[in-house]
Amino acid sequence: MNTSHRKAQLMNDLSGYAFISPWLIGFLAFSIIPILFSLYYSFCDYDILAKPIFNGLVNFKAMFSDDLFWKSLQVTFYYAFVSVPARLLFAFAVAMLFNRGARIIRLYQMVYYLPSIVGGSIAIAVMWRRLFMSDGAVNAVLGALGIHTTISWIGKPETAIWTLIILAVWQFGSSMLIFLAGLKQIPQTYYEAADIDGAGSFMKFTKITVPQLTPVIFFNLVMQLISGFTVFTQAFVVSGGMGDPLNSTLVYALYLYQRAFKYFDMGYSSAMAWVLVLIIGLFTAVIFKSSSSWVYYESKEGK
Amino acid sequence: MDARTKRLTIKYSKRTLFHLFVIFLGFIMLYPILWMVSNSFKTSAEIFGSSALFPKSFLIDNYVRGWMFNGSITFATFFKNSFYYTIVSTIGAVIASSLVAFGFARIDFRGRAFWYGCMFITMMIPFQVVMVPQFIIFHRLGWINTFKPLILPMCAGVPFFIFLMVQFIRQIPMELDNSAKIDGCNRFMIFVYIIFPLIKPALITSTIFSFYWRWDDFLGPLLYLNKPKLFTVSLALRMFSDPQNATDWPAIFAMGTLSLIPVILIFVVFQKYIVQGLVTTGLKG
Repeated sequence: MNTSHRKAQLMNDLSGYAFISPWLIGFLAFSIIPILFSLYYSFCDYDILAKPIFNGLVNFKAMFSDDLFWKSLQVTFYYAFVSVPARLLFAFAVAMLFNRGARIIRLYQMVYYLPSIVGGSIAIAVMWRRLFMSDGAVNAVLGALGIHTTISWIGKPETAIWTLIILAVWQFGSSMLIFLAGLKQIPQTYYEAADIDGAGSFMKFTKITVPQLTPVIFFNLVMQLISGFTVFTQAFVVSGGMGDPLNSTLVYALYLYQRAFKYFDMGYSSAMAWVLVLIIGLFTAVIFKSSSSWVYYESKEGK
Repeated sequence: MDARTKRLTIKYSKRTLFHLFVIFLGFIMLYPILWMVSNSFKTSAEIFGSSALFPKSFLIDNYVRGWMFNGSITFATFFKNSFYYTIVSTIGAVIASSLVAFGFARIDFRGRAFWYGCMFITMMIPFQVVMVPQFIIFHRLGWINTFKPLILPMCAGVPFFIFLMVQFIRQIPMELDNSAKIDGCNRFMIFVYIIFPLIKPALITSTIFSFYWRWDDFLGPLLYLNKPKLFTVSLALRMFSDPQNATDWPAIFAMGTLSLIPVILIFVVFQKYIVQGLVTTGLKG
């Protein structure tokens, strides 16, 4: 009995590892090994041509006195902390508006979702650049409204980052759909009970709807902040590849890319990547730690 | 006006106001896309400083000029490259993900929880960490200017898809597996004949997302493809609109519009699956 049991377990192990082997091999080859190398490079002077030379903490120290590093950090924080909350807020507001069953609403939802579908493409990023040029459609629309201006929104350091933020907020549709699905999962009985207690719609919103949705909001906040910190493609295209003007759109991932593939400073860019990991880890930890005070989870027994 | 008609009037005007507002906002949302499409038919001079959506001229010529690109290489090559990269890596990603998902969802092997946890951690690690070492490894292997560095990592399965499929497989009753086992099926046959056909919705969702991500992928091709004849549509569009060159905007918009056609077509046909995938993974808290 015991041996047959052991034999069955061995069979399970063999077939289990056989099935997950594509991922396991990929995990070692494309994640673990590169991660270890990256960690090593971050303590090296390495230009790809010569062998990496260990230089201790030099890269990390250099970062402290690198103005562009601080600039890119500032640009990225600004971008992420403005665009992500704004997008979630928008998504939430529109989801509340659309939280009803009519057929036509389904159509509206899909129209609002369309920018999220096409938003990642280069065609849109290229078009976005044109939209905000001094002779682009934005100024033409403003002109038609009586505000005549020839500002190049992508050409001015103060406004350039906002074109990227607007591009991100424009794609609120996917978060909207996630919130709508969350709203549908709130048991109708909660609202009925509130009705009996004589609660108004504002009361119901703040005491039922918002607390019930906090786990979903929380999860999306974390995930979107992470992708906000690592934004690259849109910034690369809209800023013309260099973070112009005056590095006002030089997001962290773009600067890291330049250090690696324009200056072939592999050590420095690896060190930057690990600082990014630390930042993301730190923020995730802070959000998780603080979550118990504002995220409402149903008690386990209740389920 | 009696009280009832008054109430009804208020109700209907409120409703009309709601629809007007939503349609207006929707129009603003769609405007940039429509502007791009309409610009693809305009002359260069007509785009200049104009917000109009209806082109005065209707130039198919922009498409011809855009398609010809620089004369020696045309957009036919770029579209071929994009489709090749997208389709091959999508097939690889979906098949590998389904195998891995079956392993995680159905087989009780030692270390399962550990590896599943590892998979979630990799989802949190930014690509920037592995970007440089991966580039160096592929460079050493002589794989620059091939599609291998782009396609191979996809054939290891994609955590997001694996997670989606595991959720799906767990909903399939174990009795199906057991009765197939009694009929003499081994694990691989159970996977092929029972599970794989039953997770079709998750397979379709994964295929669509994979298609979108590969089609839009920019950083990967930027790193590994330097020869114009290997460019994907994304890379070509970016080169086309390079600020250093004199830019032919109508032709760029024409090719941009073409590049969005597969994306929008898939959206129209498969929106049910897209929304489902989005919601299952986005609600996880």
